[in-house]
Amino acid sequence: MVTAILTALLVVAIVGIIAGVVLVVASHFFKVEVDETFTKVRECLPGANCGACGFAGCDSYAEAVANGKAEANLCVPGGASTVSQLSEILGVELSATEEKVAFVMCNGDCNAVDYMDVVYEGVEGCKASKLIYGGPSACKFGCIGCGDCAEVCPVNAICVHDNLAHINPDLCIACGLCAKTCPNKVIDLIPKKSKVVVMCNNPEKGAVARKHCKNVCFGCKKCERVCPTQAIKVENNIARIDYNKCSGCRECFDSCVTNCIKAVDFYEGTIG
Amino acid sequence: MDFKGLIIILMGSVLVNNYVLSRFLGICPFLGVSKKLNQAVGMGISVTFVMLMATAVTWPIQKFILENFGLGYTQTIVFILVIASLVQFVEIVLKKFIPSLHKSLGVYLPLITTNCAVLGVTINNITDGYNFVESMVSSLGCGLGFMLAMVIFSGVRSRIDESSIPNCFRGLPVTLIAASFVSLAFFGFAGIIENLFA
Repeated sequence: MVTAILTALLVVAIVGIIAGVVLVVASHFFKVEVDETFTKVRECLPGANCGACGFAGCDSYAEAVANGKAEANLCVPGGASTVSQLSEILGVELSATEEKVAFVMCNGDCNAVDYMDVVYEGVEGCKASKLIYGGPSACKFGCIGCGDCAEVCPVNAICVHDNLAHINPDLCIACGLCAKTCPNKVIDLIPKKSKVVVMCNNPEKGAVARKHCKNVCFGCKKCERVCPTQAIKVENNIARIDYNKCSGCRECFDSCVTNCIKAVDFYEGTIG
Repeated sequence: MDFKGLIIILMGSVLVNNYVLSRFLGICPFLGVSKKLNQAVGMGISVTFVMLMATAVTWPIQKFILENFGLGYTQTIVFILVIASLVQFVEIVLKKFIPSLHKSLGVYLPLITTNCAVLGVTINNITDGYNFVESMVSSLGCGLGFMLAMVIFSGVRSRIDESSIPNCFRGLPVTLIAASFVSLAFFGFAGIIENLFA
């Protein structure tokens, strides 16, 4: 009886000890050196795997940074805090990334835009309806409003309201996935410090565009004339703002005839 | 050992005695990792691999050590011990020598360390009185059967995701119901295997 218990104990113990020794030996001899910088860099990154840095994900970007193959200021969602942490780890001075935010350059919601006299019942989504008939609205350049951008957004910052996509600047990490997805290229990444935006993407002549949508920019160039820093240029019948020159005086907003130039403050979260 | 017997063991363990759908072992990874097809395949391959390794190690242990000392009853505890450390060992070796394989299987390996399907296969091989080759074939079949169940069920789940389900059934309840249907379908294989090669 006692010997039976003892043999059982002994055999199980020996098997356990052998397994333990093998594991210890294996972990010693087959040790893989993990680069410490990589672990530290990876911890600083936000982990959204959005790909805004141009790498496949946070892991591969961290690897590139740790090996010195990439600049450390490419992470847009991380912003200035990540850049300063990374420069501390790597021991180099880095200029901060400019904080950006995605913005829908269209104000053609269901109250402003005319719709085509067709009913489309097919595959849902902006891409599909754009492919088949250009989208339900009469303006073929603005927001289609089916929410393809909302679907790809990794942080759920986009909602579609009144057939127009709206991006919450507080949630937006400026990864640019929505801008890549939008078939009309109506979403743009702009500096978060911007004070004014042009909410129109229609390059048609003013009179034609005006028939489709109330909130269109028809290229009257009034903003171009009032801008004290020559930051606004009208190209292809749309006003375009050069944010490097814009001083944020909002003269253009006050002068705009159609209200397609809007005053914004992305830090306060106001659009008006 | 005739070839036909091995084929019967293989087909039997893939279809008739499918570990997930007929014996209800390994349900945890079956429900947990079957959401996407590529994950299901990865998990299936890992399980097959670990089952083969585990059988190759535990069968000799049972025959040459445990039965020699009359310790057949310690089978479960010894097998768990051996399988767990084996999987750890394999993970370390893979990490060192085949990092690419480790990257694709690595996530699943720790999940399988104490998986009941793996333990079940090794123990059932002994209880069914298989010799070493038969045991290996049966483990291969069980692994493939597990993968088959995972792949089929990941397809079912992708359909579930797209359909509108009453609120109270969303999530796990409807998944379990779907699993029981797939399992019922597999009962159709019962009894055909002996006649298949007659």
